[in-house]
Amino acid sequence: MTIKTPIYMDNSATTQCDPRVVDKMVRYFAEDFGNAASRNHAFGWQAESAVDQAREEVALLLGAHPKEIVFTSGSTEANNLAIKGVAEMYASKGRHLISCVTEHKAVIDPLKHLEQQGYEVTWLEVDGMGRIDLEALRGAIRPDTILVSLMAANNETGTAHPIAEIGALCKERGVLFHTDATQVVGRMPIDVQSQGIDLLSLSAHKFYGPKGVGALYVRRKSPRVRLAPLMDGGGHERGMRSGTLNVPGIAGMGEAARLAREEFDQNVAKVQALRDRLEQGILAGLPDAVVNGDTEHRLPHLSNISFPYVEGESMIMGIKDVAVSSGSACTSASLEPSYVLKSLGLGDELAHSSIRFSVGRFNTEEEVDFVVDLVVREVTRLREMSPLWEMVQEGIDLSKVKWTHH
Amino acid sequence: MAYSDKVLDHYNNPRNVGALDKSAKDVGTGVVGAPECGDVMKLQIQVDDSGRIVDAKFKTYGCGSAIASSSLATEWLKGATIDEAMQIKNTQIVEELALPPVKIHCSVLAEDAIKAAIDDYRTKQGAEAPAES
Repeated sequence: MTIKTPIYMDNSATTQCDPRVVDKMVRYFAEDFGNAASRNHAFGWQAESAVDQAREEVALLLGAHPKEIVFTSGSTEANNLAIKGVAEMYASKGRHLISCVTEHKAVIDPLKHLEQQGYEVTWLEVDGMGRIDLEALRGAIRPDTILVSLMAANNETGTAHPIAEIGALCKERGVLFHTDATQVVGRMPIDVQSQGIDLLSLSAHKFYGPKGVGALYVRRKSPRVRLAPLMDGGGHERGMRSGTLNVPGIAGMGEAARLAREEFDQNVAKVQALRDRLEQGILAGLPDAVVNGDTEHRLPHLSNISFPYVEGESMIMGIKDVAVSSGSACTSASLEPSYVLKSLGLGDELAHSSIRFSVGRFNTEEEVDFVVDLVVREVTRLREMSPLWEMVQEGIDLSKVKWTHH
Repeated sequence: MAYSDKVLDHYNNPRNVGALDKSAKDVGTGVVGAPECGDVMKLQIQVDDSGRIVDAKFKTYGCGSAIASSSLATEWLKGATIDEAMQIKNTQIVEELALPPVKIHCSVLAEDAIKAAIDDYRTKQGAEAPAES
């Protein structure tokens, strides 16, 4: 079988839209193009019915009620709406929020924005596998705490937080719990009831849907969560998100949600088998490569691997036939290694040498085997060229070398 | 980011990768950079009695431009005299490899590595002279 290159293995960045999703969307552009808010004619009714159907599918995927789904432009907007919306609405109850240093920027930056406005945020630290300490979370909750925001699983390392335990703890202490589940939807089980989730962000393009559409789950009962909107306008989405609905995108997201639910078991089994094959193949060929994150509680499709003594950008260059993400970007004299990997305690050097592989259900075993061979060959070649590898072979402790910083 | 053809050529077919005997009197070794900055270059020269560089080797941990800069440096060093080698400037490397502004530090590192290797060679020769007299 011939392999078509470049091979896409960056499914945590985005996924290929499923052709069935595209089919579902097409008619809402030029045929049933109505505005879902038009109540007086069939064009509007058609659009509204498409949105209702999608809302039901997204709710089913999360174990929620359709009225608890607010469509947004994606997870970034959903995270902003959840965090800023709760902060404004519950300001009279308190102005303290809790989150974690490894969150995505779309959670960290809205919280930093609140800090500038006088809110206080407790940033939980993580251990070497990217895990939070539940007791530290328990200790951080105060009478004036209004929200805990912790991601379901990390986008760089794949480490999954114990969502059900966090949800139970928040419930016990009467604090709202928001989770950014962007990476988890379609990859790990989600149930807002049993996991005690009050607010949940998701994005369609991470589960084979279109870009530019996502949703926020907002709990309606016990407790009823209220949010101040980010945007004022026509009062769409029960007043929480004004703006004409992106009907084709929402229809596509609904179809992607249906496929993610109905084909969940086979999809997870497939990506996990491919990821394990990839990881085991690489580790067999390069025994001192290091897998980052919590390998026990982890996204099934992702593997973040550090290749000591080989610099990340040169590696990406060497394996250009596969599309992956690097833990650093050498775009300036001062390199910025990943803050997520650094918070796990990885030195800058290992963070610079890390690659995130994230497989998807459109990948094949042949592609995985091709990538394993390519990675092993290129890392071996670059190591032969690496003065650090040479020093280690000579028994030199790199941490004791006096480097000339530049 | 797009790399120039010359960077790609040096990256894919690096010249003079390897190591010379760093304890030899006629070999100068320069190691510059730091792992946490993402670049470490090791450059070695072997010099004959007339002061001409007869061999040069490198090993580099760093991005493609850093690898290409050091590979190019070894090409220029081979056959040059020490005095000629001292004249090599990072701007010549930038020009030859068409490095973009964000990669200029790679060429600076290569120039530093050349100077460090020559320094090491000169120190060894200087240390050797009194021992012989």
